[in-house]
Amino acid sequence: MTGFLTLLYKELLRFWKVGFQTVFAPMVSTLLYLLIFSHVLEEHVQAYPGVAYTVFLVPGLVMMAMLQNAFANSSSSLIQSKITGNLIFILLSPLSYREIFFAYVTASVVRGLAVGLGVYLVTLTFFDVPLSSFPWVLMFALMGSALLGAIGVIAGIWAEKFDQLAAFQNFVILPLTFLSGVFYTIPSLPPFWQGLSHLNPFFYMIDGFRYGFFRASDISPYVSLGIVATCFVAVSWLTLQMLKRGYKIRH
Amino acid sequence: MIPAIEVEQMHKRYGALRVLAGIDLKVEPGEFFALLGPNGAGKTTLINIIAGLTRATSGRARVMGYDVVSRYRQARRMLGVVPQELVFDPFFTVRETLVLQSGYYGLKNNGSWIEEIIHHLDLADKADTNMRALSGGMKRRVLVAQALVHKPPVIVLDEPTAGVDVELRQGLWRFIKQLNREGHTIVLTTHYLEEAEALCSRVAMMKQGNVVALDSIRNLVGSVSGCSVRLRLSPDTLPPALQPLMSSREEGCYILTLAEYSQLEQVMAALRKAALHVLEMQVLQPDLEEVFIRIMGTHKIRKPETLSV
Repeated sequence: MTGFLTLLYKELLRFWKVGFQTVFAPMVSTLLYLLIFSHVLEEHVQAYPGVAYTVFLVPGLVMMAMLQNAFANSSSSLIQSKITGNLIFILLSPLSYREIFFAYVTASVVRGLAVGLGVYLVTLTFFDVPLSSFPWVLMFALMGSALLGAIGVIAGIWAEKFDQLAAFQNFVILPLTFLSGVFYTIPSLPPFWQGLSHLNPFFYMIDGFRYGFFRASDISPYVSLGIVATCFVAVSWLTLQMLKRGYKIRH
Repeated sequence: MIPAIEVEQMHKRYGALRVLAGIDLKVEPGEFFALLGPNGAGKTTLINIIAGLTRATSGRARVMGYDVVSRYRQARRMLGVVPQELVFDPFFTVRETLVLQSGYYGLKNNGSWIEEIIHHLDLADKADTNMRALSGGMKRRVLVAQALVHKPPVIVLDEPTAGVDVELRQGLWRFIKQLNREGHTIVLTTHYLEEAEALCSRVAMMKQGNVVALDSIRNLVGSVSGCSVRLRLSPDTLPPALQPLMSSREEGCYILTLAEYSQLEQVMAALRKAALHVLEMQVLQPDLEEVFIRIMGTHKIRKPETLSV
């Protein structure tokens, strides 16, 4: 237990020491999205009846910030440790592959929640965004961050260079988040894109998370939660197998 | 007695490249042991397999009786490794680095031991300095400290003195000798053969993934018969009869290699006959370096068999 807690503490300390870049900067960029999109689209888009577009936008942006930062935390920590070579200190220790997995994922969740909470609190000073069901919000926040934290572990282990990790982030994570209904509701899309969106697990995270705010969603939150949980279990299993075999880290 | 390190039939292949070709090795508790060999001989790969950083293709390794794969937790608690590369985590200070490393081993309240290592390795002034700001030699000391943080009975140092200044090198060896006296088993790889000769009781010489010699230094040096003779003559010419014995010429001296001590008589007779003055004469005992060169030069290695699928 102490080994796991130490690694978790180290991962938390790592991003906290550069908190300006890891927590504050993503908060600012998310708030910029909010400012610009709400200014441009407020007049044109009505997602849910009785909900202003800006208010509709807030939960999606909060979730997007959480997902991206959860991914960034584990993936960048691992690739930095791999490239600078200091991953050896963890590999030499008696930490089990499960402890390593849970420490990296938990740290990712904490960073995701820190950024998400920060963004939400700042938006509250400008807009009234109701939070109608805290359990749903928390559940999807935890699940989504954990899933992206685990995907980040996979990316960090797989990538051998920073540009490979950047490619993973730009060609996988970014399209999946942007095309998940952060800025719109899925029924507003043409049928083809609707169908495609339903294949995107990020859509269910955003949709379920939003349900916790407005009690309105495109899909039942139970279905969304089931899908997100299934994805998390599957991705975790894959990640644990990679760590167990020492894929790309114990040659 | 359970060996500190035991390696059986260790093979490692990367594709068609054979890095270890069936290593058998046993290091007894309390030994000061050296792994010697040219670059690419497989020393670091062998160490990495023992440390669990690399997976063997086949074969077993145990540390204090614990298999490094099936009982890796116990095995790793028994082992401290100082890696060859100067690696560090730029996010942390020296003390943070050591406290974290100690925590990875599940140790709590390890502060007094950490302070002791910091003191012994002369890191006290830099304990709260970020790792990035340390010189190479200081980073090397931190690596040693990290390897010792869980008081491992077996300590492996991979080229610990490469690129380290004389003062630090001596301080490091003093400390490691002290650890050895206190009962720690020490295994090191080094390119400085005189270091191995001065410190170690036993050595293994590796070449192309094989152990080609494994013995005490005394026996290895004893196995080389003959000696070298260093001569300064006046006038400065070597009699033709002695030309075939000459192995090199340095700083106005002739170095002759004799297969047996009895050949000295021949040398003296030839010098007397040529009426030469001997200004200087030294008989040189073979040392580990000589043994190393002979073994590495003469040992015939089976050609790696081609891999058939």
